[in-house]
Amino acid sequence: MNFVANKSDLKVVGTRPVRPDGMDKVTGKAQFGADLTLAGTLVGKIKRSPHAHARIVAIDTSKALAIPGVKSVITAADIPDIPSEEAFVGEGPTNFRDQSLNCIARDKVLYEGHAVAAVAATSSAIADAALAAIEVTYEVLPHVIDVEAAMAEDAPILFEGMITQGVDPKPTKASNIVKKVAFGHGDWQAGMAEADVVVEGKYDTAAVHQAYIEPHACIASVNPDGQTTIFASSQGQFMIRQYTAKILGMDIADIRVTPAEIGGGFGGKTIVYIEPLAVAMSRQAGRPVKIVMTRDEVFRASGPTSGGTIEVKIGAKKDGTITGAYAMVKLQAGAFPGSPVAPACMCAFAMYDLKNVMAEGYDVVSNRAKVAAYRAPGAPISTFAVESVMDELAIKLGMDPIDLRMKNAAKQGTKASYGPVFPVIGFEEVLEAAKAHPHWTAPLGPNQGRGVATGFWFNIGGESSASVFVNEDGSVSVVSGSPDIGGSRASMAMMAAEVLGIPYEKVRPIIGDTAQIGITGVTGGSRVTFATGMATTQAAERAVDELKKRAAMIWDISPDAVDWKDGEAVPAGANAGGFDPLPLAAIALKAAKTGGPINAEVSINAQGAGAAFGAHIADVEVDPETGFVKILRYTAVQDVGRAIHPSYVEGQIQGGATQGIGWALNEEYIYDKNGRMDNAGFLDYRVPVASDLPMIEAVLVEVPNPRHPFGVRGVGEVPIIPPMAAIGNAIKAATGMRLVSLPMSPPKVRAAFDAAKG
Amino acid sequence: MSKIHVTTTVNGEPAEFLCEPQESMLDVLRDTLKLTGSKEGCGSGDCGACSITLDGRLVCSCLMLGVEAEGHSIGTIEGVARGDELHPIQRKFLEHAALQCGFCTPGLIVAVKALLEKNPNPTETEARFWIAGNLCRCTGYDKILRAIMDAAAELRGEVAA
Amino acid sequence: MPTISIPSSLRRQFTGGMTQLEVEATTFRRLILELERRFPGLGNQVEESMAIAVDGEIFQDAYSLQLKAGSDIVLIPKIAGG
Repeated sequence: MNFVANKSDLKVVGTRPVRPDGMDKVTGKAQFGADLTLAGTLVGKIKRSPHAHARIVAIDTSKALAIPGVKSVITAADIPDIPSEEAFVGEGPTNFRDQSLNCIARDKVLYEGHAVAAVAATSSAIADAALAAIEVTYEVLPHVIDVEAAMAEDAPILFEGMITQGVDPKPTKASNIVKKVAFGHGDWQAGMAEADVVVEGKYDTAAVHQAYIEPHACIASVNPDGQTTIFASSQGQFMIRQYTAKILGMDIADIRVTPAEIGGGFGGKTIVYIEPLAVAMSRQAGRPVKIVMTRDEVFRASGPTSGGTIEVKIGAKKDGTITGAYAMVKLQAGAFPGSPVAPACMCAFAMYDLKNVMAEGYDVVSNRAKVAAYRAPGAPISTFAVESVMDELAIKLGMDPIDLRMKNAAKQGTKASYGPVFPVIGFEEVLEAAKAHPHWTAPLGPNQGRGVATGFWFNIGGESSASVFVNEDGSVSVVSGSPDIGGSRASMAMMAAEVLGIPYEKVRPIIGDTAQIGITGVTGGSRVTFATGMATTQAAERAVDELKKRAAMIWDISPDAVDWKDGEAVPAGANAGGFDPLPLAAIALKAAKTGGPINAEVSINAQGAGAAFGAHIADVEVDPETGFVKILRYTAVQDVGRAIHPSYVEGQIQGGATQGIGWALNEEYIYDKNGRMDNAGFLDYRVPVASDLPMIEAVLVEVPNPRHPFGVRGVGEVPIIPPMAAIGNAIKAATGMRLVSLPMSPPKVRAAFDAAKG
Repeated sequence: MSKIHVTTTVNGEPAEFLCEPQESMLDVLRDTLKLTGSKEGCGSGDCGACSITLDGRLVCSCLMLGVEAEGHSIGTIEGVARGDELHPIQRKFLEHAALQCGFCTPGLIVAVKALLEKNPNPTETEARFWIAGNLCRCTGYDKILRAIMDAAAELRGEVAA
Repeated sequence: MPTISIPSSLRRQFTGGMTQLEVEATTFRRLILELERRFPGLGNQVEESMAIAVDGEIFQDAYSLQLKAGSDIVLIPKIAGG
C-alpha cells in the first residue's frame, strides 16, 4: 500500500477504540509471568553474593541437597562454560559469555546480588532453607562503585585482561575502561575560537532502575528428551529462546517460549536472568520450575541503567548561532561491558545543526549490577547536560530558550552530529508547537520557574513477523511476534482493519509463541508499531490481494478487474461487469471452493524508521525551606509521525515523561561503603506516585514518516529524554541556582541554597 | 508445622482454606485459592499491586496474614465485575486507556472502588493522594485520574453512562 | 561510486586514519566484502556491529540494499533501544 498522506482517508487509524486485551486486564484474568502454575511445579530460588567483589573459593551444596524436598541445586559448574562471543540480540550488542556469567557467577562475583547458586524445592520454605544451607567460601576483593573512581590508575580491576579499545596507542595495562567512542564532524576547538560566548559545565547522573512493577518471573518445564517449554514475562519470547539455547548449549528448536503478559519492561526485560537457571533445574529435577524474583532481587541484580558524568562545552555567536559543541560522557556499565555510551554520545547534540561538534565517551565497568537497556538508552544522561548548558547559553545571550533552539534546530538535510544527513524530521514543528502552547506564556508565582528542554531518539525497525487469518465468518485473526506492553495489540488490529476495510471489532490480535509465528525482535527501541505494524500491514495487503483473486474466481473475471473498497470486492470499472459488491465475509464463506483458507504471513527486517524529537515544558515551585521541588504543570510536545491509537501514544509520552521526572527528582542507587545497595525497595527508591504529579499534557505533532504505510515514527523513548533538563532549567528560573547533579532531591536543593548563601 | 484452617468470605462467597501461620493473604489468594488477579510487585506494602479489601477497608494483602481472614470478608479484583457486567470503574479504565501493561491495574481498581465507596465526590487531589500507594510505572497517572473522576461522576449519576 | 565515511573509532584500527573513501559496490553486501578485501577485519566489523545510513536513512542488516553512484554512506553503530 502507498503511504497514506491524507489523514481524512483513514477510518480506523487515529480513532481511540478499547484495547482488545483490556477486559482481561481490568478483571484480573490476564496471565503475567508469575500467574501460571503447572502440576508438580517446584519453587526456584537464587543464592546471591553478599559481596561487591570477591573470588569464589568453594561452593558446598551437599547440605542443601540433603534437605527433603530439595530437587535440584545448581552452580555455574552445572552449565556450560561457553566462550566469549559477541552478538546482537534483544536490545543491542552483547556477549553470550557475559550473559551466562551474569546469570550465574563462575570464578568471581562482580557485584552484590550476583547469583552464585540456585535451588528448586517443593515449597518456598524448603527452598529458603536450602539457600541457607549452601556454603560459599569467598575471598573478598577491593571493590569500586563510581565511574570516575573506576577509571583511576589504582582502581581495583574487575577483568585482568581488559585492555581499552578505541584509544591510540593501545594501552598495555588492564583497566576498567572497556572502550572509548567518538562521534562528530568539523573542528570543535576551532568552533570555540569563533564563538562570542562559551558556556561549559560538568554534570552527573545517578544510576536508575526501570522499576517495572512486575518482577522478573518464569516457569520452565523440560522433558527427558530435552524438549523445553518456557512461559515468561519478557520483551521478547525469541530473545529468551536464543539466550537460553546459547547459555545451555541447546538446540533452538527444542525450546518453545510462550510470552506471558508483561508487567512493564522499559528495556529491562530485554535480557535473561532467570530462564536458563529454571531450565537447568527443571532438567535435573524432571519437574517444572518456577522462579519469581523479589523486588529486592530486581533492584540488586537486574537493570538498572548507567549513571555517569558528562562535561559539556558549547560556543555561540551573539545571535545564538552555535559555532562549536563538545561533550565528554563517562558511563557506568555495571559489572560487564555494555553501557549505552555510544547512543549517549550520538544523541547528545542530535537536535542541532552544527558545523563543529564532537562527543566522546567511555564505557566503564565497576562493581554494580550489569546495566540493561532503559528507554532511549544513554540519551537522557547526555541530554540532561547538553540541554542544561543550552539553557545557560540562552541566559547568557539573553535569548528565549526556544528561540535559541529554533535558531540551531536540525532539519531535513542537516548533517546529524552522529554522521548521517536527516531525512524528513519534525523538530522545528515541535519547537513551534511548544512556543505556541499557552503553557509557555502562562503566569508564574513566587518561587516558581519554567524550563524547557528537548530530546532526540533514532527509533529502529528490525525483524518482525505477522500473520493475518481470514476466518470462515469474515472475522479476522492477527498474530504477531511482539509482546504487547503498552497497547500495541490495539494498533496492530487497527492497521489490519484499516487495510482490510472492516471494523476494528472484527479483528482480534494475539501474540504468538515462538512456534506459532516467525522470528520477531524484542518490543523495544520504539519499533513495534513501526516494524511489526509494517509486517501486519503487508500481511493484510496480501490477504486483500488474495480476497480479490477469490472474488474474481466467484465472478469468473480477471483478478485485475477487481478492486477492494471498504471491505468489499467491487468490479474495477464498467468493463469488468455489473456485479454487486462481495463483502469480505461472503468471500471467506466460499474460501474452500476458491482454493482453501485465506491467510498471509509476512516476515520482514523493517528499514526506514523515522527519527523523532520532543520538547518538554515544566513549571516547578521550589520550597526554599525544605528544598522540595513540586511539579506544577507539565507539557510534552513530540513528533509522533502519525498516531495510530492516539490514547496509547499520549500514554507513552505521559509515562516516559513521568519516568524522567522520577529520574530528575528522586530516583538513585545508593551504596554503602561495602558496595552494597542501601535502598533496594520502593520505600527508599522513590518512583513518582500519583500525588507527586500534575496532569501531563501530551501534544502530538504529526510529521509523517514517508517510509511507513501510515506514517508512523517510534514514540516510546523520546519522552524520557527532556524531563531532567526541563526541570533543572525550571529550578534555575525559580531560584537562580543551577543544579548539576541528579537527582535534584530535597537534600541537594537545600544544600545548593546553603551554598548560595555562603 | 501444621496448617491452620480458616473460614472466611471471598468476594461474597463462603471460602475455606488451610494455610501456614506465616503465610501472607496474598500467597493464599494466589497459590491456594488460585485468585491470581492480585499481584505481588514488592512484598513490602509499597506498590499496592496486591490491594484487596478486608471488610470494605483497603489493605495490602502482602502485609496481611492468611489467618487474619478468619471470620472476615475479603474483596479482590475478581469480585469487582458483576457477572459479565463490568463495574463502571473498570469500564472507565478501558475507555480512558488508563492502563498500559496492566500489572498495577487490578490493585488500582480495587483501591479506587474503596475510595469511591468512602468518598463518592473526591477532588482530583484527594484521588491522587488516595492512590499514592498504588504505583504505576507506565502511565504517569494522567489517564488513571481521568478515569477515576469520570467513573465517580457516573456513579453519582451526573453524566450518562 | 558511493562515498563512505568511516567513524573515528574504526579509522585508527583499520583504515590508517582515512576518513572517507570511495568503494566500488552496488549493494550493502558487496560494500562489506569490498571493505573486508581492502582493510581486513573492517568488513566483518561493519557486518557484526554497524548500521549504515544511506543518504540519511538508517539501515541495519540489509545485504540486498542497493547503493547508487554518489550515495552518501555513513557507518554508525547499530541502534537498539529500550
